[in-house]
Amino acid sequence: MQWETVIGLEVHVQLATQSKIFSGASTAFGAEANTQASAVDLGLPGVLPVLNENAVAMAVQFGLAINAQIPEISVFERKNYFYPDLPKGYQTSQMAQPIIGPGEVEITLEDGSTKRIRIHHAHLEEDAGKSLHEDYHGMTGIDLNRSGTPLLEIVSEPDLRSAKEASAYIKAIHAIVTYLGISDGNMAEGSMRCDVNVSVRPKGQETYGTRAEIKNVNSFRFAERAIAFEVERQIDLIEDGGKVIQETRLFDPDLDETRSMRTKEEANDYRYFPCPDLLPLMLDEAYVEHQRTTLPELPAEKRQRFQHELGLSAYDADFLSSSRPLAEYFERVKDVAGDAKLAANWVQGDLMARLNKDSLDITESPVSADQLGGLLLRLKDETINGKAAKQVFADLWERKGESADEIIDAKGLKQVTDTGAIEAMIDQVIADNPVQVTQYREAEEDKRGKMIGFFVGQAMKASRGTANPQQVNALLKQKLDALL
Amino acid sequence: MHDLTLAELARGLASGDYSSRELTTALLARIDHLDPQLNSFITVTHERALADADAADQARQNGQAGILAGVPIAYKDIYCTEGVRTSCGSKMLDNFAAPYDATVVEKLKLAGTVCLGKTNMDEFAMGSSNENSFYGPVKNPWDTRLVPGGSSGGSAAAVAAGLAPAALGTDTGGSIRQPAAFCGITGLKPTYGRVSRYGMIAYASSLDQGGPMARTAEDCALLLNAMAGHDPRDSTSVSRVVPDYTHDLEKPLTGLKIGLPKEYFGDGLDSGVEQAVREAIKVYESLGAQVIDVSLPHTDLAVPAYYVIAPAEASSNLSRYDGVRFGHRCKDPVDLIDMYKRTRAEGFGDEVKRRILIGTHTLSEGFFDAYYRKAQQVRRLIRQDFLDAFEKVDVLMGPAAPTTAFELGAKADPVQMYLQDIYTIAINLAGIPGISVPAGFAGQHPTERRPVGLQILAPHFAESHLLNVAHVYQQATDWHQRRPELDV
Amino acid sequence: MAIEHADVLRAAHLARLGLDEQEAHGYVNDLSRILEMVDRLQSVDTEGVLPLSHPLDATQPLRADEIIEPNRREAFQSCAPAVADGLYLVPRVVE
Repeated sequence: MQWETVIGLEVHVQLATQSKIFSGASTAFGAEANTQASAVDLGLPGVLPVLNENAVAMAVQFGLAINAQIPEISVFERKNYFYPDLPKGYQTSQMAQPIIGPGEVEITLEDGSTKRIRIHHAHLEEDAGKSLHEDYHGMTGIDLNRSGTPLLEIVSEPDLRSAKEASAYIKAIHAIVTYLGISDGNMAEGSMRCDVNVSVRPKGQETYGTRAEIKNVNSFRFAERAIAFEVERQIDLIEDGGKVIQETRLFDPDLDETRSMRTKEEANDYRYFPCPDLLPLMLDEAYVEHQRTTLPELPAEKRQRFQHELGLSAYDADFLSSSRPLAEYFERVKDVAGDAKLAANWVQGDLMARLNKDSLDITESPVSADQLGGLLLRLKDETINGKAAKQVFADLWERKGESADEIIDAKGLKQVTDTGAIEAMIDQVIADNPVQVTQYREAEEDKRGKMIGFFVGQAMKASRGTANPQQVNALLKQKLDALL
Repeated sequence: MHDLTLAELARGLASGDYSSRELTTALLARIDHLDPQLNSFITVTHERALADADAADQARQNGQAGILAGVPIAYKDIYCTEGVRTSCGSKMLDNFAAPYDATVVEKLKLAGTVCLGKTNMDEFAMGSSNENSFYGPVKNPWDTRLVPGGSSGGSAAAVAAGLAPAALGTDTGGSIRQPAAFCGITGLKPTYGRVSRYGMIAYASSLDQGGPMARTAEDCALLLNAMAGHDPRDSTSVSRVVPDYTHDLEKPLTGLKIGLPKEYFGDGLDSGVEQAVREAIKVYESLGAQVIDVSLPHTDLAVPAYYVIAPAEASSNLSRYDGVRFGHRCKDPVDLIDMYKRTRAEGFGDEVKRRILIGTHTLSEGFFDAYYRKAQQVRRLIRQDFLDAFEKVDVLMGPAAPTTAFELGAKADPVQMYLQDIYTIAINLAGIPGISVPAGFAGQHPTERRPVGLQILAPHFAESHLLNVAHVYQQATDWHQRRPELDV
Repeated sequence: MAIEHADVLRAAHLARLGLDEQEAHGYVNDLSRILEMVDRLQSVDTEGVLPLSHPLDATQPLRADEIIEPNRREAFQSCAPAVADGLYLVPRVVE
């Protein structure tokens, strides 16, 4: 039987506010345990929450970025359950009336085609603390620094059809939130976490199969692997005559499998009700329009512009718009060099290769966009040739000079374009190599093209690489052909 | 000195008749001497009180004393007080020294008041008789066989017995007004949002409101001046100018329109209470007021709606008492679930458990719409009843409670106890202000005369008017000056 | 709506309240009587009435995104039942 995979994602994005969603404690990552847990974050008796204006602004900016409806009224509710890292015994979240209504996100697939994924809604909620399971005298330690960190939970419709699509979707969300600057998008530090709903159905069937929810998927790669495993598990189960049960499963990256969390789930009933300590949040049109004015150009718009205004290929446009720092780097190089295609080739080619080799991020590049742009400017105006450019790039990387011009000057890499000088070099090469000249003259006409390479090489060598190769080539052909 | 009102004491301190230290020392001695009979305090803060008093005396010498400087007051043990046990009447918090001051405590400290201690209360403010305290019941100073009412029973008894000129209470369904009535003092529940709830341990967040309990309406006005105002730490506190609540106290009541809700004079109202209340209304008529019959048609649904909404909020508010970060934890838990279950079973008393169970059940899947949603719809109807009534009248009047104080142990049945609050509970659902003022006594025999409270209600944020109406009555009567005889 | 023994046990479990059989029995009785009283709510038609969560028609105020809370770990943990290395300790949580 042919099976179709149906996937919906809940992506939890940690918002990059200074302080917590309901308290004035810091959200900085990595502080000593419980030093950033205020009375409110600890749920001490008598404390009350007050909503952070930036958490609201960031949620609205996300909503605008995905063309979502922004309801005038949204309501915070309490999700009640006991867990040691959940200090109040409830999580303040949104359920019936979330801050962001339906919208959509465009994803780019490997073949360069795009697909629109519908967003059901996005809501604000507070994060829980962390349980540290290392042995503290046979007990578990609780760190509540993360308690109260604002999260935006983005819930998609079940529009994704493969692990690859799911991964592309997570990347698209990652690009949007980092472009907006509403999250650092650092998956290793848990700034983006996913729950994945997966089901399978026979191809052509309209109704959805029973879904399993996979929790705790914390990277693009894990998402793909977890889904791949889960799809295979479900198909095997059904083909063996079994039935998928609706349950929560945990992805274990070490064993590369998902496993049931059923025991913890028993008798869950979250008893959602409107939080009486918080009032309905009202966002009028003026507020929403003001937020709209703060939006930067978003990945999809940028991709379009790169492709249609700068004339880049779909692949290049997608790659260069995939993150805001990369796009900004590229655009700066392009502006300085005055050539989009040249900039695109170098950023994706030499620069990326070098960054990957040293496991560096674009923001950590030793060669700045201005430096690379300056180098490409000299390549474009033919001050240097391609070979010299690679050498200048290597020197810039090693920080052997402040700018391309400085290195070109210091090393005498300026391309020789003086016809007289080149002619003299060529005459010398012809005079020094009579055997090869004779061979050239006696060769068939269609072989001569290849043979000229030898003379070009000799001439370039003589110029220490600074001669313009095209010029050398043309002059040589002219002089050798005159000897025929 | 213990017979004087807060306003009189403030004047005495200002004119140098006595120092705050002298006053405070006298009251501490009276507490030590009399409270063993009453059990109105959970914690008496001797040292802190004297330190506060000295600071106030010093400020006065420096010419920096405000009107309340040096005046001793007591706090219901629901208000967080930094470094002082804040138990909420529960074993759960018996070992909890709050690490911060409630906003109201901070404000009153800033005003120079002296903290005498923390008063007894029904556990987590759940009760109408003060019999639900981990620290034992409070006795009514008028007759120690009687309850003082609840849940702010300790505050009411302390004021009535002259142990403190005033005390703070909280009112979720009548917890200031009913004990004020039972103990013959004046108690004000302000409009929801008028006084910050930050640091006031939550029972039912959308109903809870702190307020003053004192001998007179004037004293309540003085305290409200210091307590009221917007608090950036409480999202539900209202950003609205705080008037001087003493400014309009003396305004004549000529032309005042008083509404008498017919539902507040129906079956179940004790005839002695009714008689006293009707006498009080006659006094108002003699002062130039006009009496109009009105109806609050959804009155009988207030107790049912309250016993869905309040326990639902409470069940969630009390989930934080889990033995992890503060408060009681059971001994040697075998695992997490055992820790939760035993900690909470040991830490909470019977009534608290009952309300947690009701609230948990009514919020559960399958019951939410029939109970919680329905109760909130009815809540809107109840509020509308008041808004409609206030189109026709300026204030509403009726009894604060259907009976006078009853004997300890007389109401073992929870539902009977809940019905104690039939005249007070709707006010919290609507969020309007209400005050109970002493309006005489009821009882068969002269030796069994028990205080009666007249309840006066006003529209949202009309506290000034409410206090004016109460004060003018107190100028015309002397019920608020009567004092119980205590075995000294 | 009547409440059954199983409902009380379920609520007790959700609320993490330890109850023995006899206590549960007592609560079935109490809660039944309370819910019977509450059932009076069903007598009124509330079709089209909006639920009221807060007595005032106010909306949520917003706070500036500023760090104003200092580290008070020592004060906060002085009232904790069990701490070590700045962590709150609880019986082993098994994932």
